Amino acid sequence: MIVKGSVFKYGDNVDTDVIIPARYLNIADPAELATHAMEDIDTEFVKKVQPGDIIVANRNFGCGSSREHAPLVLKENKVSCVIAASFARIFYRNAINIGLPILECEAAANGIEAGDEVSVDFDTGVITNVTKGETYQAAAFPPFIQSIIHAGGLLKSLKERGE
Amino acid sequence: MAMTMTQKILAKHAGLDAVTAGQLIEAQVDLTLANDITGPVAIREMEKAGFDKVFDRTKIALVMDHFAPNKDIKSAQQCLECREFAKKYDIVNFYDVGEMGVEHALLPEKGLTAPGELIIGADSHTCTYGALGAFSTGVGSTDLAAGMATGKAWFKVPSAIKFVLKGKKAPWISGKDVILHIIGKIGVDGALYKSMEFTGEGVAELSMDDRFTICNMAIEAGAKNGIFPVDDKTMEYIKDRVHRAVTVFEADADAVYDETYEIDLSTLRPTVACPHLPENTKTIDELDHIEIQQSVIGSCTNGRIEDMRIAASILKGRHVAPGVRTIVIPATQEVYLQCIEEGLAKIFIQAGAIVSTPTCGPCLGGHMGILAQNERSISTTNRNFVGRMGHITSEIYLASPAVAAASAVMGYICAPEDVK
Repeated sequence: MIVKGSVFKYGDNVDTDVIIPARYLNIADPAELATHAMEDIDTEFVKKVQPGDIIVANRNFGCGSSREHAPLVLKENKVSCVIAASFARIFYRNAINIGLPILECEAAANGIEAGDEVSVDFDTGVITNVTKGETYQAAAFPPFIQSIIHAGGLLKSLKERGE
Repeated sequence: MAMTMTQKILAKHAGLDAVTAGQLIEAQVDLTLANDITGPVAIREMEKAGFDKVFDRTKIALVMDHFAPNKDIKSAQQCLECREFAKKYDIVNFYDVGEMGVEHALLPEKGLTAPGELIIGADSHTCTYGALGAFSTGVGSTDLAAGMATGKAWFKVPSAIKFVLKGKKAPWISGKDVILHIIGKIGVDGALYKSMEFTGEGVAELSMDDRFTICNMAIEAGAKNGIFPVDDKTMEYIKDRVHRAVTVFEADADAVYDETYEIDLSTLRPTVACPHLPENTKTIDELDHIEIQQSVIGSCTNGRIEDMRIAASILKGRHVAPGVRTIVIPATQEVYLQCIEEGLAKIFIQAGAIVSTPTCGPCLGGHMGILAQNERSISTTNRNFVGRMGHITSEIYLASPAVAAASAVMGYICAPEDVK
């Protein structure tokens, strides 16, 4: 599968408190929750984001709280992929478990700038920066994690296994 | 192959003789935890996926602590959802207002976590129980839903960083100073995906409350878990709380560590994490004159009885500075009662502080002490991210209960020994 979109670029240590501030965690409706995505770090994000857009960040994206609301509001805003030099481990699990595509790629995090047009081939892990004419290779997921992704999330994969 | 303490616990729970770093395993869990924020998401996911039973109604803990006592209608609805789930599945360890406490202070106190066990919680500070020699780690709501339904969780076996503690604690030094010092040294992703294993003769110097604080903030260095060896203090702590057989694991003498750090407890100074990352640490002596409008003493990091005693020892016979709203939050009903029985509550109130019922409240900007524009708080909590306690221009300085109490008295951030 290939996705393509315009890039929102962020720095190191983007924490889940800025991805979705705790003051909104009493909201149960994902669509309403999603209107507050990134608002403490980027008030323009929800106004500008288009379906398919891509978030690119540096180190330790998604650090802090375990709130699954964080990958959820990005998915709800139809972000097609998050690329980062590294991810905090709970965010990494959560994104895979709920079916938000993420890729770890330091070269892409270094090379891609805000507003670049980027396409991602999930089958090969190749990230293409259309604007700059560069490509970067992301690390492949281990087979176990691929099986969760292909099933459409953790709970569906467990159901498939007959748990 | 030699294993770390964490790897041994994981191997046991995966039914394997040995595991190595990087290996993906499926392990049995001894306890799952969720709260009023993460619980409803897990419950919805579990039911949406078609699971209609829980793996063991005695091994699921649900604690209404984050926005409870219900701060508004939406929060009340979330607690109601958890309450109904608990009733439907006859969940034994459901803790509502009146019994609840801040989850990571409450569970060890109730004996729900013990050495050698494997605990997952839909809260990042679940890593706290490593203080007891358990493997515990934070997960999201979907992982938790899978855990509640199947009693299993998948893990990538972590490698580890070893922290060798030595020396005697310098005056006023607590677990908070130790962990802030370490995070300042290795950074907020310094232990990403890894275990932090604490060892050395200095371990005996640390109380259980110190160890809970240290493991609690392992996540602030990106770690999967933090863990202490089991010793006499651990066994004394669990003696009247845990009424089941426990298995004590030890790291192999030749276990391999990615890195080893030596921490001399005798040379530490009270340490403060400045805005807006826990790694932005300074010793109290390196700080400028920083005035505060609020002091928060509590949370899953520092709301235990020793924290209350240290704060009270400084506030006794003194009064907080004009304009410093001082909010003391004993983390559990048991700690609250101890504060009353030991006369600490009276000391706090006479000093001009308030004493709140247990809640996570201000730590995550929920309620009970939200900051306005440009306001500044000293806080014994665990995160000082942008907007964490209120307005995005507000600032949080993380410190020990001793520093938070001293700063409340003086009106600016200061060392406990500088209180006049």
